[in-house]
Amino acid sequence: MGMAAAESQFHVLAVDDSIIDRKLIERLLRTSSYQVTTVDSGSKALEFLGLRENENTNPSTPSVSPNNNHQEVEVNLVITDYCMPGMTGYDLLKKIKESSSLRNIPVVIMSSENVPSRISRCLEEGAEEFFLKPVRLSDLNKLKPHMKKTKSKEQRQVTAEEIENSQVLQHQTQQILQNDQQQAPKPQDPQPDSESRPQQTIEQQQQSLQQANNNKRKTMEQGLSPETDRTRPRYSGIATVV
Amino acid sequence: MDVGQMQRQWIDYAKSLFLEGFLDGQFLQLQQLQDDNNPDFVVEVVSLFFEDSERLLKDLTFALDQNGVDFKKVDAHVHQLKGSSSSIGAQRVKNACIAFRNFCEEQNTDACLRCLQQVKQEYCLVKNKLETLFRLEQQIVAAGGSIPTELSFSG
Repeated sequence: MGMAAAESQFHVLAVDDSIIDRKLIERLLRTSSYQVTTVDSGSKALEFLGLRENENTNPSTPSVSPNNNHQEVEVNLVITDYCMPGMTGYDLLKKIKESSSLRNIPVVIMSSENVPSRISRCLEEGAEEFFLKPVRLSDLNKLKPHMKKTKSKEQRQVTAEEIENSQVLQHQTQQILQNDQQQAPKPQDPQPDSESRPQQTIEQQQQSLQQANNNKRKTMEQGLSPETDRTRPRYSGIATVV
Repeated sequence: MDVGQMQRQWIDYAKSLFLEGFLDGQFLQLQQLQDDNNPDFVVEVVSLFFEDSERLLKDLTFALDQNGVDFKKVDAHVHQLKGSSSSIGAQRVKNACIAFRNFCEEQNTDACLRCLQQVKQEYCLVKNKLETLFRLEQQIVAAGGSIPTELSFSG
């Protein structure tokens, strides 16, 4: 109960184009004592975070100008659906990680499809977790460590030494990246904007794989079906928390 | 009928929906998220599911009625329906959607039309069942009782 009070300070921005899934994730998060804001698209999420979409379209200007990008409400974590019309969850993740002011916000991706390449792509791009939909209460336990991380980072007095260290580290990373680029072009090198096309072909290729995964998921769910008595201890456990 | 009897009737009915595969564990998750502060959560979410499904089924009927069927569009609708049915635990609708998507990939119009009928049928079935379940709940509440919070499957 004391824990719940502390966690209620964490604010989660949930992004999903489906109103049903927005309702669901909102309840899940509130039940877990988080503050929640829901939006129905990636561009609205960026707007809420204070990053305007058109600022990113012109590559010659910096994606974020430090002055007008004042984030009014602190967001401790963004949880977004992957498959959305217009800006996908992956696009949103990239925009957040490319922004100097937003990149520290942890991002979690949700998807109804278990596509391994999609999962690894999101994790490589900096997503903290990948949840398979429908998201369950037990999944939300995985959010806590990520939020504490950002919180403590913000609360800590950043000393000059730390800044120096991080600069050195950044410098080293840049060097490594440069070396990498010189040696061999990596597959995850900056991708062109017309990214949705290769994505679709990948999706098509994986239709059959998906079927297999769906079956896997089905058997998993059958394992968790109400006939088994596994559900009972789980509920009583949750009941004592609430 | 007293409240206790109504509650037992509710439990038996809910159980039958799981045993016949209309609902899966996700529906239990929804029930778990319903509490005194949100006493209508399940009804609210399921009502959204009804609205959403009816819109999608209408769109699908229209899309498959065209001369040149846009299978990408059809697949996108089925994908949405699969997502929402899985989010509320409407298992048989979800399974019908999975089969449907395979025929979208094959661009098989006849099979897609059969799948649409199948999905419509499963949707109507689960809608009726859920409405009956909610009616039983209303009767319990009207009689001053509370809806059983936990479904016991051991008996």
